[in-house]
This record gives sequence, C-alpha cells and structure tokens, in this order.
Amino acid sequence: MSVEIALRHKQGAFRLAVDMHTPGGVTALFGRSGAGKTTVVNAVAGLLRPEAGRIVIDGEVLTDTQRGVFEPPHRRRVGYVFQEGRIFPHLSVRGNLLYGRWFAKRGTRGPEIDHIVDMLGLGKLLERRPTALSGGEKQRVAIGRALLSDPRLLLMDEPLAALDDTRKAQILPYLERIRDEAQLPILYVSHSVAEVARLATSVAVLHGGSLVRCGPVADVLSDPSAVRALGVREAGAILIGRVAGHDSDGLTRITVSAGEVFLPQIDATLGSMIRVRVEAQDVMIAREPPKNISALNILPVEIIALRGGAGPGIVVQLGSGDDRLLARITRRSATALDLTPGLQCYAVVKSMSVARWDVGSQGV
Amino acid sequence: MAGWLGPEEWQAVALSLRVALWATGLSLPFGIAVAWVLARRDFPGKQILNGLVHLPLIMPPVVTGYLLLLTFGTQGPVGAALQDWFGIVLAFRWTGAALAAAVMAFPLMVRAIRLSIEAVDPKLEQAAGTLGASGPWVFLTVTLPLILPGVLAGAVLAFAKAMGEFGATITFVSNIPGETRTLPTAIYTFLQVPGGESAALRLVVISVIIAMGALLLSEGLATRMARRISGA
Repeated sequence: MSVEIALRHKQGAFRLAVDMHTPGGVTALFGRSGAGKTTVVNAVAGLLRPEAGRIVIDGEVLTDTQRGVFEPPHRRRVGYVFQEGRIFPHLSVRGNLLYGRWFAKRGTRGPEIDHIVDMLGLGKLLERRPTALSGGEKQRVAIGRALLSDPRLLLMDEPLAALDDTRKAQILPYLERIRDEAQLPILYVSHSVAEVARLATSVAVLHGGSLVRCGPVADVLSDPSAVRALGVREAGAILIGRVAGHDSDGLTRITVSAGEVFLPQIDATLGSMIRVRVEAQDVMIAREPPKNISALNILPVEIIALRGGAGPGIVVQLGSGDDRLLARITRRSATALDLTPGLQCYAVVKSMSVARWDVGSQGV
Repeated sequence: MAGWLGPEEWQAVALSLRVALWATGLSLPFGIAVAWVLARRDFPGKQILNGLVHLPLIMPPVVTGYLLLLTFGTQGPVGAALQDWFGIVLAFRWTGAALAAAVMAFPLMVRAIRLSIEAVDPKLEQAAGTLGASGPWVFLTVTLPLILPGVLAGAVLAFAKAMGEFGATITFVSNIPGETRTLPTAIYTFLQVPGGESAALRLVVISVIIAMGALLLSEGLATRMARRISGA
C-alpha cells in the first residue's frame, strides 16, 4: 500500500507545493495552522481540485491534472474523519455507521459492523440520536462511519482538536488500535507533537505550504534540525520499549535498547511494546554516572549532534542504543561540560516527568 | 356540511381544493429543484432565473393571467402545441385554474424551500460524498430529509395561496360554474348578485377554516419533523 501525492495549488496569497510518498501505516501531516495540511487531505479526498498535481493510491490514479483525470470523492474509496465529526443529524448512530454501506460495492464487504462497534466502544450508543452524544462519542461515531465505508485510505483531519484533554486521552487508544489492527493506511493531520509521537509511523512536516521534512517518526522527532518546525517547547524524541514488570511501589519497568527505564504505572500487559515520548526539556546530560540523585532513569548515551540557534538554548541529539533522544540544555552547560559529537555520557530523565499521555502502544 | 352549503357553494369549495392540491403537488418537485439550483449553484443568468420565479409575486395578478392566456390559450404557442400533440386544453378549464394557481404560488414555495436548503451545512453533504454517495444520492439521503420541514412549509404556503388565487385565475380561465369557479371567484360572484351575502359569508367561513387548518397541520408536522431531525 502506498500513496503518492504531488500537488501545486494557489489560494489567494497561499501557495502549496508538496511532493510526498507515504509507505502505509499512519503518516502524520504535521504543521501549524495555515501550513496547508487540510488542503493536502482535501485534495486527496477529491474535495479540492488542485491547479496541478497527481494523486495515486496503490497504482490507481485519482487525480492527474496533466491527463485530465479527476475522480469524484464518492468514487475514491477514501474515508474522511473531519475535525467537527459531521455526523448526520437525521440518522441514529446506527444509521450513521451504516451510511457508507449503502454505497459500498457489492462483494467488497469491508469490516463487520459488530467488530467496529466493539473496537470503538459504541455498543450502548447505537440507537441514540446524534444530539444526545458528547463530542468524544461523536468523533468515535465519525471514525466508525468512515471505517465501515470500506476505504482503502483513511484521512483524519485533526480528529481530536475539538476535544478536551480527557476526551483526547480516551480516544487515542482507539486510534492506536485502528493503526495496529486495521491494516489501513492513515493520513493524520495534526499540529500536536504529542499526538504525532503517540500515533504516527512516519511524519511529513509542512511549513508555509511546503514540505520541510518527511521520514519515519523516530527519525523526524529526534532530528535537531526539525525542532524549529515542530516547536521548541514541544520537541521530544520517542523511546521504544517492552514492558518488563510492574513493581509493587507503583512503577513500571521497561526494557529499552540501552537498558531499563522506570515510569509511573502504565496500563499495559507484560511483554507488550510501548512507545514513550521524552520531552527534550526533561532530559539532563551528565558526563559521569550521577550518584545519590533522585532521578531513576540514567541511560548511557553518545552525543550525535548539537544544534543551537540565536537563543541561549541548544538541542543535543543523543544515541541511546537503537533509540535517539533529544535534550534541550543551555549553551552555557554545553560549553562547561565540553560536549562534542562522539562523546560518551549519561542522559538523566525523571520518571515523574513523563506524562501518562505520552505513553502509548507501539503495536508490532 | 353538504346540507349546510348549497350545491353551487359546495362545488366551489371542492373545485378549489382540487385545484390547490394539483397545483401544489405538481409544482412541488419543480419548486425543490429550482430552490436547490438557486441555493447551491452559481451560473450566469442566475439572477434572471430568480427574477422570473419571483415575477408573479411582484406583477399584478391580472398581468400574469393575461400572459398565461397569451401563452397557454388555444391560440398561444404553448397552448396550441399542447392541444395538437396531447389534446390538452388549459384555457377556461379547471386544469388552467390549477396552472394559474401554481404559477402564482411558485415564488412563495421556492422561497421557503430555498431558505431551508441554505440552512443545510454543505459540509454534511461533502461528508456523504466521501462515504460513497453520488450527487443525487447525497440529495436524497441527506439534503432532502434535512429540508423536509421547509418543504412542508413551502407546500402549505403554496396551497394557501392556490386556494385564494383570484386575479390570474379569472383572467386566464374566467369564472365558469363547476369548471373554473373557485372559492374566491365564487365569493366575488355571490357578492355581485342581490341576496348573495349569506352564501358569500358561508364561503368566507370555510376559507378561514381551511386556511387555519392547513396552518395548524403544517406547524404541527414541522415541529415533529424538526424534533426527529435534531433528535431533541
């Protein structure tokens, strides 16, 4: 499964020029508002006719302005979960879920409704009217409705943006299950690094209408040169680990490639793979293994790169086994410690600095 | 009821109901189509179409009636063709009265339906498209259910207007008892003859009852539909 997107489009003063190729899995389209993310997904859905461009899913050409090809939205088999849900107010939850079924090709049945209802926890809502649903429930219905229309690609335009943090935290596990179970490529628009870190398998960073970075999520999030585009305050790399044990004092032990880390109790079964986002501002660097320190997580690392800007801070990329970490420290400390690429040192991370929100399932 | 009303009066009431029902029923699909085009499409000449639709509302009804006579009369271009090809005669027939009523009621119907279409969020229709529904299906499964209260309101307005149409009707199809003498023309006629006041008054009462009944019925239905749609 692959999606090729090449677009040139002008809207007023805004110019979009994107050339990308996604390998499947969840591809996050990341960028600030106005970066052109929604324009890209609208073009993929066929809701926007680009001035020039070519969109191909699995070899099937959906848009090709040079050859005059433009498939209308209803013939693309591209599901779309909108930011505002867009639930049909005149249909029950069941009616909404089954809507796409009326139009799906005979023979291609797609996922079973029972399975989707189960996966999204919609069982008790089926006979409800949309007005009786909370924002989070509406969004789950919208996701189920899109999945049941049997798409070959799912577009999600900031599906969590309209929800508060509690609701977001409730829906994210469902999205992880779709990623891990449904074998459906997803193009996921987001301006939240935390969401990207939880869900994405690869990331395309858009800025001012052009693509500034594209690659596997662990690479992009740990790339110091991408920090500016992602936002300095939110920068942070991800660690992949396996749950090794739940200790009696409420900590969960996780094996990562460079050793062990401890995090506050995680709701995950022993042996399952998880990903943990470690914010760059939560990582300290020590030249020697610190002693008598309250922080529990001390990983041996190698400095790969340092990158500074005009301000007093710099971002250090660290190699920790197979994983990469980012640390945001002051230039003064970097000078005092004489940090240079290739140097072996230690990354220190407080267990309590990792928010529950930043721990998610990794799938396989 | 039939005992209270004289046969002539009863005839007028029945004819008016028949004319109004046919006028409303037959023009409804066109009303929805024109309202949708005006609400959702941009094309050169849109203002001209809008003007044509509204013309009967603005022009003196006599003018509309006379234009109908010129066009649909047996000597008129359309009327002659209808007679030659299909054997349909409109002038001085109840069918002509229905046509006149439909034309006069059309702007009211279109306005009500257009408003309700404009209130439908196009984003819902877009969503339906991404779920596999083609244009006509989007209309049938999303737009139409959502505008039903507006369609109903438009139909009732048109029905009421058709029941009361006078000027264009009398100009186009005259005032023939049993054929084109509708409720308003009957009231007018009774008022012209000495001693006709009581008959006229009875018809006036009937007019009021029918108008009120239609209004209450439509309000009730619209409330129920709106509740069903919004699920409140």
